[in-house]
Parts: sequence; structure tokens; C-alpha cells
Amino acid sequence: MKKTILTFLIFLISFGNANSLIKVDITRGNLDPLPIAVSPLHIDNSSENLKSLKDQKLGENISIIIEKNFKSTGLFNPLKKNAFVQKPDIAHLKPRFEDWRLIKAQALVTGKILVKDKKLKVEFRLWDLTAAKEMTALSFTTTPSNWRRVAHIISDKIYERLTGETGYFDTRIIYVSETGPKDQRVKKLAIMDQDGHGTKYLTLGNELVLTPRFNPTNQLVTYMSYFKNMPRVYLLDIETGIQEVVGNFPGMTFAPRFSPDGKKVIMSFAKDGNSDIYSMDLETRVVEKITEHSAIDTSPSYSPDGKYICFNSDRSGLQQIYVMRSDGTGVKRITFGDGLYGTPVWSPRGDLIAFTKVRKGRFYIGVMRSDGTGERLLTENYYQEAPSWSPNGRVLIFYRETKSDSKGKGFSAKLWSIDITGYNERLIKTKTDASDPSWSSLLSK
Amino acid sequence: MKMKFNSALRNFVLVLFSTLLISACSTAKKANVDTVDDVYTGTDTVEFLAKGVPDRIFFATNKSSLTTKSRDTLRKQATYLRKNKDVTVTVEGHADERGTREYNLALGERRANAAKDYLMTYGVSGKRITVISYGKEKPVNPASSPLAWSQNRRSVTIKTN
Repeated sequence: MKKTILTFLIFLISFGNANSLIKVDITRGNLDPLPIAVSPLHIDNSSENLKSLKDQKLGENISIIIEKNFKSTGLFNPLKKNAFVQKPDIAHLKPRFEDWRLIKAQALVTGKILVKDKKLKVEFRLWDLTAAKEMTALSFTTTPSNWRRVAHIISDKIYERLTGETGYFDTRIIYVSETGPKDQRVKKLAIMDQDGHGTKYLTLGNELVLTPRFNPTNQLVTYMSYFKNMPRVYLLDIETGIQEVVGNFPGMTFAPRFSPDGKKVIMSFAKDGNSDIYSMDLETRVVEKITEHSAIDTSPSYSPDGKYICFNSDRSGLQQIYVMRSDGTGVKRITFGDGLYGTPVWSPRGDLIAFTKVRKGRFYIGVMRSDGTGERLLTENYYQEAPSWSPNGRVLIFYRETKSDSKGKGFSAKLWSIDITGYNERLIKTKTDASDPSWSSLLSK
Repeated sequence: MKMKFNSALRNFVLVLFSTLLISACSTAKKANVDTVDDVYTGTDTVEFLAKGVPDRIFFATNKSSLTTKSRDTLRKQATYLRKNKDVTVTVEGHADERGTREYNLALGERRANAAKDYLMTYGVSGKRITVISYGKEKPVNPASSPLAWSQNRRSVTIKTN
């Protein structure tokens, strides 16, 4: 993987008056998505390679990515471009609000691209058509090859302006790519943009790999590998490709996750038939045993402030979710509902824990408050598990498997996402079958 | 659903046992010839460590306890290993596909160790036994059926030299 950190220079041009302008409520299922027009970005005539830029339709392509992002939220309804009433360059200067209102648009995005000295300069504006006002305007400078990320960053800024929450478009998903028959799966680590573009494989498939998770800066991944038939937790530097085993454990380590400050990896270590939770400081290499119980303790996940850990244990006899202080004291069971509970993951906002529930042979993805109250099951299926949070804590990505016939045919594993409102369930397209997704944080903060 | 039905049936059977209505038990067993109390008892997937020494044992859903039949198989393995002192083995622990991945890794490890401990009780040095869990990653039967799941909930003893 080449350079992962890309510098963006972002300038706030202006901010409209926050009062009385459009606001999209994302706290409930939105059955009436906001009609929004995304004008193709106008290509400035003083650009280098003007003809090539126009041939590539760079401005239009950026607008199409923005539209796709908006559509995927379920909160916005991007309008068809053939109904657009004004040329991109003129609309960008000042739209004729009443004309855009005629096509029932409530918000309009316009923009301009300039390529000069091998730099891509993009500016965009968001217009409230009802109030006839500019809501926000920003400009970016980056390298031309970064144009897809420009589209994602614009999407994030507009999402943020309209919903009051940070976006999740300039992000990546790491997951396990699966190929081959069900009883001989080949699994590789794969990474792609949130919208499914730019898939890259990070391992070759020579050994089984599972459960990759990003560190807070998205440069490192912790995952489990069966390299040399020694199932262990590993670290992978995405930029350099360098891999290393985490710690020196005399047995299987699994279910790794980073601490919110990125300094530790927390995981399970199985010894003599018993799995307990351990953490390792990546700098000092000091290993700490956090749980000590004859039952299975696994799937640990820190609260965003690092003070607590939720985890999965069968100490009551069956899989349930527990919360403890990060030093292992104050263990408290939080799930008492009918069924089994697994894979707890703390929301980046700290308010909720997402989980997998198994009840009467069906699998559910749900959320509950961190004390176990307010359980809401978002989706039910034959088999699904392993939710991972979008960086703004509004969307979960997970994987779902289908039933296979007596020969193992008909089996598939796919990534899906759902809003925590329980609405907007979506298949996330991947090049191959996929499982164990993990959502990065925002690449540009 | 069938699996749950079986375990419900098992509980039902236990209740009946306690009230001494033993005749109900044989009825329950006839319901599925290949599993008893949620544990696979058939021979379809079984291979052999040596002549007359089956390589694998089976478990109930979410359980790692050994059945009478499993103990019998493991004693045969122990006898074979005591006679062939140069043989080292790996005990693989597996789970079915109806559980979360990470928990299943732990469960597979627990199952493999249940087998290892029993082998050690019968005189096989722990140094000759390596344990590995594959969780639900290596099903022997790829079907999505209670029968396949019961065949996949297993620990398998494999020669490593």
C-alpha cells in the first residue's frame, strides 16, 4: 500500500447562519429523505490539461460519488441531473433559487475544480434553497490522484452541516476476503474505501486470517493469523506491510482490539482450555492479565474513554456480556435477556454497546446502553455477527452468512450495514465474499 | 431449529427420567439415529488414528464435556499412544457454524483440551500432545443442518510425525 497519510489543506470560506436553515434529523428512521441536487463540479478554464480533465469528467465524477454517499445514508434523496436547471459554473456563483425549488430540491451542492502546478484545488458550496442562502463553503488543495477522497470529504462536510454530526464517508473498511468452497475457504485481509472502491489485499491467503481491526490512526491493524499453524494475534503496518506477533504467549491469542489511545492491544489468551483477557502495551511490551476466571472470557472492547471494557463470557453457563473497569475490577453482567449474547463493541460515542444475539436459532444485531438497559434488536437473520461502528456511532457494519445445502452449496458471506435506528439496511458490495468488517475512523480529521 | 428442538427434547427426557418413565427415552433416541442428546454418534466422518482407534470425538452444542462414548474412544487413543511412544499428536478442537467466531475459537480450544486432559489421565505425556483450535473455520461437513453441525462439533487427534 502506498502512502496512506495525505495532507489536505482545508479552508473554511464561509459559514452561513446556523439558525433557521435546513436540518436533517438522524436520530430516527427517515422516511422522507431530503431532496438534494448535486451539480457537477465546474472545471476552471485556467486548469492544466484542461481537455483531459474534461474528458475524464472529473467534476461530474466527484458529484456522482457525493450522490452515492448521500443516497447510502437513507437521509438524502439526490435528484436526477437531467432535471438540473442551471449550468454548473453559473450555479456555483449564485444559484437561481426559485428555479432549483421548481425541481423540488431543498439543498444544492455546487463546486469548482482547478488543477495547477500538479495540485488539485477544489471548492464547493452548499446552498439552502428554501432560505435562499449559502450554508457552507470550503476549499481543499490536494494531489489530483486524490480526487475520490475529495468527494468523500465534501460529502462529510455537507453531512456534518446538515445533520450536526460528523460524517463517515472519508473512511475505509478492513475485512476478511473469502473465496473457495465452504470447507476449504481461502481468507485474506482486504481493505477498501467505505464505498467499496479501491480494494487491496494485504495478505496472500497462504494462512487463515481473522478479525482485523484498525488502530485509532488507521495505520496499524491487529488481527489473528494461523501463520505456521500457530494461531496468534498480529500487528500489520498497512503502509510498510510489516507484520509482527503481539507478545510471546505460549498458546492461542485471539479476539484482538486496540485501546482507544492506540497504545495497547487487548485480546484473549487461551491456555489449558481456559480463555482469559490480557492486554499488552505495544511500547513497553508489558503484558497484563485482566480477567481470571475458569470460564471463557473473550471479545473485549474498550469504552472510548479507556476506563471500561465490555467482553463476552460464559461464566454464567452461557455466553453473556459483561462490563468491568479496564484493570479487571468491578465485573458486572449486563445482559439478562432471553438468548445468548456475543461480540460486544463499544460505540465511539460511548453511549451504546452493539452486540450479536442468538435466540431460538436466529441471529440478531442489536444495541443497548452500556448498563445493559434499552436493548434494541436492529436486524434478524439466519446468521450474522460482528458489528463494527461507523466513526460517528450512527451506523453498524457486520457480516451475514446464508444457509448452505447438503453439499455446502448456496453459502455466501457478505457485508451489510444498518443504521442504529433500525432503518436503512444495505448490502455493502465487495469483490469477493467477505466477513469480519472493521470500520476505520475518519481519515482526515 | 432442529437443534433447539433436540435440546428441548433432551430436557424433556431428563424430566421423564426423573419420573421414571424410561420408555420415553428410547422414543427420543429413535427420533434421530445419528445424534444422542445433541452429540453425533454416527461413523460417517470418522477416520482412524490406527486400526480400531477412531480419531475423533463429538460434543453437544456449546459444551465441551466428554460422553461415555468419547471417553471410550480417547482410552483407545491413549492405549495406542502408550504402545507407540514415538508418536506425537495434535488435538484439533472445532465448533459448529452456529456461534460467534471468537467465542467458537475459545470453545474449540476448550474441547481440544478436554480431550488432551483425558489422554493425559490415561498415561500420555502432555509433551506429546499439541492442541490447536480452529473454531468454526474448518467444518468437516459444509451443510447447514443439525446433522452437519453435530459432525463439526468435534475434536480430532492427528499424528504429527
